[in-house]
Amino acid sequence: MIAREDSMLLSVEHLTMRFGGLVAVDDLSFQMKRGTITALIGPNGAGKTTVFNCITGFYRPTEGRLALQRGDPTLWNTLESLTQSGERGVVQQNGALFLLERMPDYLVAQRARVARTFQNIRLFAGMTVLENLLVAQHNRLMLASGYTLLGVLGFPSYASAERAAIDKARDWLDRFGLLDRADDPAGELPYGAQRRLEIARAMCTDPVLLCLDEPAAGLNPRESAELNELLLVIRGEHDLSILLIEHDMSVVMNISDHVVVLDYGIKIADGAPDAVRNDPKVIAAYLGVADEEVAQVEAAVGL
Amino acid sequence: MAAPAQSERIDLVGAFRDAAFTGLVAFGLFLPLIGFQTVTNINDELILATRWPLLFAFVAITAAGRFAYSAALAPWLAERSRRPPRPAASRWRFYLGKWFVPFAIAFVIAYPVAVILAVGFSGALKWIDNFGIQILIYVMLGWGLNIVVGLAGLLDLGYVAFYAVGAYSYALLAKNFGFSFWILLPLSGILSSFWGILLGFPVLRLRGDYLAIVTLAFGEIIRLILINWTALTNGYAGISGIPRPTFFGIPFTAADNGFAAVFGLEFSPLYRVIFLYYIILALALLTSFVTVRLRRLPVGRAWEALREDQIACRSLGINTTNTKLTAFAMGAMFAGFAGSFFAAREAFISPESFTFIESATVLSIVVLGGMGSQIGVAIAAIVMIGGTEILRELDFLKQIFGSTFDPTQYRMLLFGLAMVLIMIWRPRGLIATRAPSVFLKERKTISVDLVKEGHG
Repeated sequence: MIAREDSMLLSVEHLTMRFGGLVAVDDLSFQMKRGTITALIGPNGAGKTTVFNCITGFYRPTEGRLALQRGDPTLWNTLESLTQSGERGVVQQNGALFLLERMPDYLVAQRARVARTFQNIRLFAGMTVLENLLVAQHNRLMLASGYTLLGVLGFPSYASAERAAIDKARDWLDRFGLLDRADDPAGELPYGAQRRLEIARAMCTDPVLLCLDEPAAGLNPRESAELNELLLVIRGEHDLSILLIEHDMSVVMNISDHVVVLDYGIKIADGAPDAVRNDPKVIAAYLGVADEEVAQVEAAVGL
Repeated sequence: MAAPAQSERIDLVGAFRDAAFTGLVAFGLFLPLIGFQTVTNINDELILATRWPLLFAFVAITAAGRFAYSAALAPWLAERSRRPPRPAASRWRFYLGKWFVPFAIAFVIAYPVAVILAVGFSGALKWIDNFGIQILIYVMLGWGLNIVVGLAGLLDLGYVAFYAVGAYSYALLAKNFGFSFWILLPLSGILSSFWGILLGFPVLRLRGDYLAIVTLAFGEIIRLILINWTALTNGYAGISGIPRPTFFGIPFTAADNGFAAVFGLEFSPLYRVIFLYYIILALALLTSFVTVRLRRLPVGRAWEALREDQIACRSLGINTTNTKLTAFAMGAMFAGFAGSFFAAREAFISPESFTFIESATVLSIVVLGGMGSQIGVAIAAIVMIGGTEILRELDFLKQIFGSTFDPTQYRMLLFGLAMVLIMIWRPRGLIATRAPSVFLKERKTISVDLVKEGHG
C-alpha cells in the first residue's frame, strides 16, 4: 500500500508493460502531485514513451493501476472499492476518480482530461492552425451542434458555441505566439512553431494533466527557454499538472519539481531535481562507468 | 547559323525514332485489343476476325500524335518552363471563383428550358434524359462518395452496394406496399445508411488496403444476394413495372387524369423527364448543401482530421470508430437516395446495374475531380458520363472506320487515357486545393501537397 497525500493527482502503481518477451516497463510506481511539473527521464529505450502510452490509454498495461483524480481529494478513499467494482471511474459533482488502465485512449482524453503531445509531431498538416485547435474542442462543439443534427439545420446555439471555441483558440494562439499564422496550414509552420502548436492544441482540450513527449526536441536554446517560461506560466494559471519526457537537461532541471528516472524499464531514482542529479545510479545510467569500477558500482546499485 | 539548324534536324530524327517506338508499343498493345475480334458467324460459331485497317489507323494516330508531341509540343513546353512564370491573372481568377458556383447553379436550373429552346420539343428528350439526369445521378453519387473517400479518407470500393440497397428498397416497397416515392425516398436513404453502419461496425477497424478489399467484397456480396435471392428480388430478371413518381398525385400518363390532360397540354414523355430532372437536381444540390454544411460542423472537421492523423484524433478525445461510422452512413444515405431515384426513373432494375464497374466509375469521378472538392467532382462527372454519352453521338466516325465501328466500345480506353493524363498533370485531381472550413482574417486555400489522402 502506497501512502497517499491529499494533493496527489496521479498515482502509478506497479505498472508493467510486456511486449512478448520484452519487458518495456517493469513494476514502476510513482506519484504526481497536483500543480507540479514532473519529468520522466532516462537513456534511449528506457521505456519512457511506453509509460506515456500506458497513461494516455494508447497501450493497455500488462499489469498495474493508474489512478487519476480531480476535485475532491477524499475521492482517493474510494479507490479500492472502485478497483473492486470493475468500473472505469467515478464522477461526482465535486470531482472524479478514474482508473486509466481501463479506459481506451479517446476516453482518457475526453473523460479523464489527460492531453498529450507526440515525440514525432502529429498535427493535422493539411488543416489550418485554427482548424487544428477547433478539432481539439470536438466533443464540446459536438454537443453544442446537437450531434450534428441542430448544426445542419442551422440552429443559433451552435453558432455561438463555435464563436466561443474560436475565441478560445485565438487566446491560445496569442499566448503561443501563433496568432498571425492562424490561417496558414499547420504543415507549413516552421518546426518550433509546430511544437508549440501541438501543445496549444492539447491545451484546447482543457486538460488536468498534460503529457509532453520531448517538447524541446529540435528547438534551439532560445526557443526552449521560451517554452520553459510558457509552461511555467500556464501551469500556474490553469490548475494544470505537467508530465514531460525530456532529454534536454536544462529544461528538466529548470522547470521540473520532481524527476523520475527510468533505465531499462526500471525506476532507478525518484525525487527533486538536485537530488536526482547527484544520484550515482543516475550518473552511471547516463554516463556509464570506467571498466575497473563496474563491479563496485554494480554492487552499490544492487544489480 | 549552322548549330541551331543541326539541332533542329537532330530533334526531328529523334522525334521520328520516338514516334516509331511509340507506334511499335501501340501496335503491341492494340493488336489483341483492336486487331482481333470474336464474332459469331452464320452457323452460330465463334470465330476470330481481324480488323487490320482499324488497327493501323489507331497505330498511325498514336505515332503521329507522339511525333507531333516530341517535335513541336515538347520543345515548346520546355521553352515555356524556362521562361519566368507570368504573374497569375489573379483578378480574373478571383471573379471566376466568386461567380462560378452561382452561374453553374443558374445554368443547371435553366438547362431544360434552354435545351427545349435550342433543339425543340421532340429533340429535347435525349438531352435532358441522357445528359441531364444521367450526369446528375453520377454527380450526386460522386458527392456522396466524396464524403467517405475525400473527407474521411476511407477507401470504399463497394459504394454501389448502397446504391443497390436504395434502388431495391424503393422497388420492393413501392411494388409490394404501394408507398409513394416521397415516403420511400427518405426511407431508402435510411435503409442504406443502416447497411452502411452494419457493414461499418466490423469493417472499419481495418485500415488502408484491407478496408478497400473488404468494401469491394461487400459490393459483390450485395450483388450476389440480389441475383440469388430470387424469391425476393426475382434474380437476374430484375424487377420491372416499378411505380414512377407522380406530380403531387398526378401521374405522367396519357390517360385523362394524367399530367398533360389535367394541365390542358398535349401529351409528351418530356414532362416526366423534366420533372425527374428537377428531382435529381434538388437531390444533388441537397447532397452538396449538406456536405458543405457538415464540413463546417465538428463532425466534418473530425472527418478531415481523421484523414490527416487518426492517432492525433484519439489523443484529442475523438471516438474514431463513431466518426468513421458517421461518414460511412452519411455516404451510404446519399447513395440510397440516388438509388431510389434510379429505380423510380428506370421503372426496371436488375443486378446488372450494380456491378463493380459502377463503383469504379464513381470512385474515378471522385479521384479525377480532386478528393474533397465539390466542384472538381461535378466537373469530373460531367466529363466522364457526358463523354460516354457523347460517344454515342459520334456516328460520323462510322464513315471513317466502317459501319461496324462502335465508338462506345472505346469508353474504357478513353477513361484509361483520361486517368493517365490526369495522373501525369494533376496527380491530386482537377481541383487540387483545399478550402479551410473556418478562418480568422483571411481564407487562404491550402495546397493539396500538404493534405493527406488518408489510410482508412
